[in-house]
Amino acid sequence: MVEFSLPPKSRVKPGKTWPAPAGAKNVKTFKIYRYDPDSGDNPTLDTFHVDLDDCGPMVLDALIKIKNEVDPTLTFRRSCREGICGSCAMNIDTDNTLACLKPIAEIKGAVDIYPLPHMAVVKDLVPDLTHIYAQYEMIEPWMKTDSPTPTSGERLQSPEEREKLDGLWECVLCFCCSTSCPSYWWNADRYLGPAILLQAARWVFDSRDEATEERLDMLDDPFRMYRCHTIMNCTTTCPKGLNPGKAIADLKIAMFERTG
Amino acid sequence: MSSGKSPTMRSALGVARGRGSAKTGAADHWFAERIGGIALVPLALWFVFGAVIGNAGVDHATFQAWMAQPLNATLMILFIVAAFHHGALGAIVVQEDYIHAPAVKHVTVLLTKLFAIAGGLFCTICVLTLAFGG
Repeated sequence: MVEFSLPPKSRVKPGKTWPAPAGAKNVKTFKIYRYDPDSGDNPTLDTFHVDLDDCGPMVLDALIKIKNEVDPTLTFRRSCREGICGSCAMNIDTDNTLACLKPIAEIKGAVDIYPLPHMAVVKDLVPDLTHIYAQYEMIEPWMKTDSPTPTSGERLQSPEEREKLDGLWECVLCFCCSTSCPSYWWNADRYLGPAILLQAARWVFDSRDEATEERLDMLDDPFRMYRCHTIMNCTTTCPKGLNPGKAIADLKIAMFERTG
Repeated sequence: MSSGKSPTMRSALGVARGRGSAKTGAADHWFAERIGGIALVPLALWFVFGAVIGNAGVDHATFQAWMAQPLNATLMILFIVAAFHHGALGAIVVQEDYIHAPAVKHVTVLLTKLFAIAGGLFCTICVLTLAFGG
């Protein structure tokens, strides 16, 4: 059966509290999930205090400041700091989002930061993405064609055909959506989840791709796609404003339309 | 996600692909859920306001006469079939979501199907018995 409570070794315990910097007037409290696999101890919630007068505006700025100035062992992924790389996805103030796109000013009270939900944790705020990357590889996210490449060197599509990819190509694979989806929490071993299904839609609806049949066959499964119950957490949480729920609905309609 | 499961030496891609797509026409199951749901909107309204409230307090003979009208018997049987079918589909999805032990899941899904068939058939026979003067 599904487990509704965390295993004993995963339960979060109170952690260390770091003092506010001396002389700071505009202090914000950050409560951050910490887990060190080497210690063998349970995860803890550490408390940090950041002087917002000496910090950038986004949650990622505060995390970097904490790592640089308070605790260098704080571990998280980040790269572009402008919402393009998708690395700094985490659960901030109860929502999955990108730390670089989340203004600290939007959060009332202490800022609670956890790793993406229901994923195995590598360390602190770093989830294990091995399985979800393998699911991405499984949908073969590249153009598949049998027709020879046109002599012009390009496979053309009309502006209307290109428009069908809008809302799909912008996905940065941060996996905020998949890890907010209860259906993905319970059945990630077989259900592909909103992020991967949106990517599948991106290739199914690409007019240049010639493997639509094979792609839909791959999704014609009670678990791979049809575990989506239109809960719509994916669309609510997407930090890029995309609509994975609609992409999945479009796939279901395409799948149905080929049956009759 | 993978916590608590025994470690595997299979590649991540092999795990993700698993046994492959069932290719069972899952779209049909999905569409049947929608059709049943849409059909039940008018049928359930008719059942509550027409069949139950409309006949509240009447004696057996009056109700039998009401059920003997072909339109009422037809709507009642349609309601029974749609309700048991739609209910079973929904219950099966919930079981597939939450029961992860294959043997337990297959048994409960099978029992749900048997219950829906037997319950639906029993209710239909009851309607026919009433309609034909039983």
